Amino acid sequence: MIGIAPSSPPVIVLENLVKFFGRFAAIRGISASFAGGRLYVILGDNGAGKSTLLRIVAGLMEPSQGSFTLLGAKTVHEVAHRVGYMGHAPLLYDELSGMENLRYFAGLYGLHDDVVGRHAMQMVGLDPELTRRVGQYSQGMRQRLSLARAVLHNPELMLLDEPFSNVDVRSARDMAAILGRVRDQGKTIFVVTHQAALMEGVADELVHMAEGQIVSRAEVVRDAAANAALRTAR
Amino acid sequence: MKKLTLISVPITVALLAYTSYLALIVAPTEQTMGDVQRIFYYHVPSGWVAGLCFFINFVASALYLWKRSPASDALAAASAEVGVVFCAVLLITGPLWARPVWGIWWTWDARLTTTLVLWLIYVSYLVLRRFAAGGQTQVLAAAFAIFGFADVPIVYMSIRWFRTQHPSPVMGGGENSGLAPAMLHVFLINLVAFTVLGILFVWLRYQLQMQEQALESAHAQLALKGVSR
Amino acid sequence: MSTLGVTGASLVKDLRMEWRSKDAINSMLFFSLLVVVIFSFAFNPTAEESRRIAGGLIWVAFLFAAVVALNQTWARELRNQVLDAYRVSPAPPNALFLAKTVGNFLFVVVLEILMAPLFVVFYELRSVGPVWQLLVVALLGTWALVVNGTFFAGLSIRTRNREIMLPLLLFPITIPALLAMVDATTSVLTGEASPDFWIKLLAVYDIVFTALCLLLFESVLNAE
Repeated sequence: MIGIAPSSPPVIVLENLVKFFGRFAAIRGISASFAGGRLYVILGDNGAGKSTLLRIVAGLMEPSQGSFTLLGAKTVHEVAHRVGYMGHAPLLYDELSGMENLRYFAGLYGLHDDVVGRHAMQMVGLDPELTRRVGQYSQGMRQRLSLARAVLHNPELMLLDEPFSNVDVRSARDMAAILGRVRDQGKTIFVVTHQAALMEGVADELVHMAEGQIVSRAEVVRDAAANAALRTAR
Repeated sequence: MKKLTLISVPITVALLAYTSYLALIVAPTEQTMGDVQRIFYYHVPSGWVAGLCFFINFVASALYLWKRSPASDALAAASAEVGVVFCAVLLITGPLWARPVWGIWWTWDARLTTTLVLWLIYVSYLVLRRFAAGGQTQVLAAAFAIFGFADVPIVYMSIRWFRTQHPSPVMGGGENSGLAPAMLHVFLINLVAFTVLGILFVWLRYQLQMQEQALESAHAQLALKGVSR
Repeated sequence: MSTLGVTGASLVKDLRMEWRSKDAINSMLFFSLLVVVIFSFAFNPTAEESRRIAGGLIWVAFLFAAVVALNQTWARELRNQVLDAYRVSPAPPNALFLAKTVGNFLFVVVLEILMAPLFVVFYELRSVGPVWQLLVVALLGTWALVVNGTFFAGLSIRTRNREIMLPLLLFPITIPALLAMVDATTSVLTGEASPDFWIKLLAVYDIVFTALCLLLFESVLNAE
């Protein structure tokens, strides 16, 4: 187990997690523990198992072997309302407007006040009055709205899969800054990305994955030296 | 396990040879239908075995949904395949008998139609098993199996309301029903032989399925260890 | 997160999306219109014959048309993988199933209301038996088609060739319900028999399969 002395009780504990797709082992025995209140950046090549790991932890996929606890619970279902997930795809309805989307998803968490959706949209820098349907949004706007959907119910733990894919650098930097602020409120965030540089200055820890395993974990001291480390990590 | 299989195969073959001899030569010729009646010794036991297989499939599927054990999924797959085969035998021997006796190959009566629908349902089940992708197959197939089994009595009820031409069950029917003792003897031995054959098929298919699963997981474990060296 | 609340919200969302795109209802309408016209050419029935074959014709047309709508409902949830957003939420899976089923039920009922006059005109239909019995048969029969159809469509999204999988799974299981709908409709139209048995059978079918769907939907939704 590769670990760093946790500063607070762990939010995720993975025990010998394995996931097969047929004969292919996408996750090959991961044991790790992650402390709360930090922003983790998960790095690795395509096929390293990053997205699969995130889907398992989000409860979308059953692991083939091993087990994990999430916020102290054995099943994701018990803590679903405390977890936010942002997938590779936008997870939004193209035929509905931004607020209509958020209103629906807020309802799934038992939140029936429009303030929730408005707040989330403002947070990611979108206008809640926008009547345009999501199908007509630009890629950057969709990703922002997708982030708004994931943070709608103010989750303690966020699992974000490639939140910056197809997003222009400026939007991506904005989003990274938003994530930094959310972390500063004491939330735990996992970001899977290829673009480590974008997370410069906000990441707490870099988690490298390769061939279905965690190969290294590096603490980031948020200063110039850390940024250098991030650059080499790319 | 292997020994049991090795012993049971020749025993079953011998039993089938003996019952075929009984059914085709020893049993008396039926007065009105003639020799074609002898198909009955194969037709009815096939139906019984098919029904037994589909019942095993149902129980195994329910068990899988409950416990998620790979063994019950293997049993469900095995019994459905064997059931479809025996059900096909039932559907083929029926018209062979019906043509000379009723003068028609097929009629849409309750038993025939129910059997046909039953066969269709379990063929769908096998198609689903083929087309479901990856690790989801077992759950989807088990769910469909429950639907299929629940449908059978409803199918039977609905078609019985149409009309019934099929001969009523020969045994336990009215005053004049019942087989001649010589025929009954042959029939019962055939029933036993077919049941043994059906169970043997399911058993062998189950073993094969389990070996396939073991092979898959061996490959998977290899993949797990291989790259990490 | 009451099941009913989420069901209502999901239903409203689906109806709104359908209202904006009209994908399902348009394709269903055109499809069943084609079936009506083609059957009319193929059989060229007299009014008396029409009354005998109409039961079968109507329900086969609706069954095929329903398959179009059923594939649509889940396709919508797969675009942008938006179903994942539902699955990670604490909302109960059965709420989604009920919303989809009720939505499809409404679509098919609208289709039936729009198509009924066409059948009457094209086939010179006139009911000898009481018309209210036809309504009961239509409602129970439509639910029977739609409840299993929604379930199997949801099951099919986890397979390859999902659009073809749906009819392969749905049709064999639907046979008794279809038989009941067809025969009950014919009984009423010709006035020659009572549809009571068929109505009871449909009610039993609806209850049994609605219960099974609600029991098994969660397993199927999470089968990944």
